[in-house]
Amino acid sequence: MKKFEYFDVTADIGFYAFGNNLNEAFENAGLAMFNIISNTDNIGQDKLLTFEITSEDEVSLLYDYLEELLFYHEIEFALFSDFDVKINKTGENYNLTATIKGEDIDWDKHERNCEIKAITFHQMVVKKSDIVCLKAIVDL
Amino acid sequence: MTIKDEIKKIRDNVYEIPGSYNRRMRASGKLYIDDESFDALEEGAVEQIVNVACLPGVFRYSIGLPDIHFGYGFPIGGVAAFNTRNGIVSPGGVGFDINCGVRLIKSNLRIEDIEEHLDELVDSLFKNIPSGVGSKGKVRLSEEDINDVLDYGAEWAVENGYGWSEDLEVLEENGRIKAADSSKVSDKAKKRGIPQLGSLGSGNHFLEIQVVDEIYNEKVAEVYGLEKGMIVIMIHSGSRGCGHQVCSDYLRLMDKAYKNYKIDIADRQLACAPLDSKEAQNYLKAMYAAANYAWANRQMMTHWIRETFENVLGKSARDMDMQIVYDVAHNIAKEETHDFKGRDMELLVHRKGATRAFGPGREEVPLKYREVGQPVLIPGTMGTASYVLHGTDVAMEETFGSTAHGAGRVLSRSQAKKDYNPDEIVSNMENNGIKIKATSKNVIAEEAPGAYKDVDSVVRVSDSTGIAKLVAKVKPLAVTKG
Repeated sequence: MKKFEYFDVTADIGFYAFGNNLNEAFENAGLAMFNIISNTDNIGQDKLLTFEITSEDEVSLLYDYLEELLFYHEIEFALFSDFDVKINKTGENYNLTATIKGEDIDWDKHERNCEIKAITFHQMVVKKSDIVCLKAIVDL
Repeated sequence: MTIKDEIKKIRDNVYEIPGSYNRRMRASGKLYIDDESFDALEEGAVEQIVNVACLPGVFRYSIGLPDIHFGYGFPIGGVAAFNTRNGIVSPGGVGFDINCGVRLIKSNLRIEDIEEHLDELVDSLFKNIPSGVGSKGKVRLSEEDINDVLDYGAEWAVENGYGWSEDLEVLEENGRIKAADSSKVSDKAKKRGIPQLGSLGSGNHFLEIQVVDEIYNEKVAEVYGLEKGMIVIMIHSGSRGCGHQVCSDYLRLMDKAYKNYKIDIADRQLACAPLDSKEAQNYLKAMYAAANYAWANRQMMTHWIRETFENVLGKSARDMDMQIVYDVAHNIAKEETHDFKGRDMELLVHRKGATRAFGPGREEVPLKYREVGQPVLIPGTMGTASYVLHGTDVAMEETFGSTAHGAGRVLSRSQAKKDYNPDEIVSNMENNGIKIKATSKNVIAEEAPGAYKDVDSVVRVSDSTGIAKLVAKVKPLAVTKG
């Protein structure tokens, strides 16, 4: 199974992320996102961060999760390449805990691709069948 | 039958989408576009004009400008005004990059004054003004400072030594919307804003040294202080991560609000709230604060541009007469009074990828330009010309005083990378006498001029329909890109 793939959007870029379960698909969405900004193969893993979010449905959870990744990328001035996600349903809501690993940006070492401005809700989908498929478009 | 078959041509380059197209429409749609662009226009963008025309309190028209293209929720290159009495505000009608805008700085320099120094100027500008993904500004702000930036905008910048006090007179809103309130901006947005203040950004944002190539209207050009052969500098930049986060925060909030207020919307990204609601008022105050951040940002860059010219050319910026011509916001919503059949209407005008083009006599236009209407700055793409136009009475009557904002993207980034070789682009530009400096080769291919709609046709339609009239064409000599 592919971890993720990109599709073209005129002004921006979209991706599908796949997984055998919701956790794995979210982890691969993190990879898809940071491969837009840089090349995750060349990102070390000495920096570790943990965050937790709660959202009202799975699509909102995906949006909030990607937003959170973008937030830590910008304020920590870091790139991430390893994502460990645990999602639990608590009552009406979805709770996500993520532990992400990466390293501080060094543009002499890291590939410099695109800046992501924001995550959009446009065509955002969480589809669960034999596998889980996520779809998202980010604003560049 | 498609939606485009329903559109009626009213006059040359102006079309109407009748309000009868869809039962939910509360206003008609209007399009300012030439025949060629009309044929190429995506139906999705037309649907978006219609969707906006269905929102509560929408006044008269939902408008598509000459550079209209598909956006998220609202189209890009669109204007919609809402009655403040019963209308709404939507973060999707402003966009992620709040107060993305353009600033033009003039000088008394000619090509021969900078020719020999052009390489050094570009290299120094590139060094002195941080750009590109993952770039930090050169200033370290405290948490207190960021509140002042958000509340006072360009005024904060000038008070802190970035630029001249007279700069403020020639910025839209004088570089500060007073109704801004930093307490409505989330800590997340502030945290993203702190390290990035004083940076250009990436993508289609740029900093260019240009020369005035052609004057179309001598009288207005003289009022704006522009003449053929003059060296000018253009900045295209916005509110960075701070503004993006404000938009995201309030999109999420409005996503709940529109359901609570039982507003019927066609697309989640049209999420909105009634103007008299707490959600709407908080968004407006936060959005204005992000707009102020963008004005402070462009003001700081102006200061570093002047400093760079001073260092390289060995003259003071005052001696080089490096005054700001004007500064426009092209992603914003503002409370404005517009005349309708002799009555003053209080409206909230959303401009998403649209430039204000206020005509002669409006008090919002700086005194020295008031007789001829405000300067309208329309940036081109990497290596192509940009334009100065002036606001008109026609714009006041037809488009809530608005026109286009630039050249919309027509090719995706990956297609542009397939179609264009960055080395070839650089050598083509160099053959045309344009120097370029970018953070990566990728950005050069992605931003290839051919990946964008032709800006010449965008300004031609604006001029021919009268919603902003041509004043001058400027062409790049040197470009720096994120």
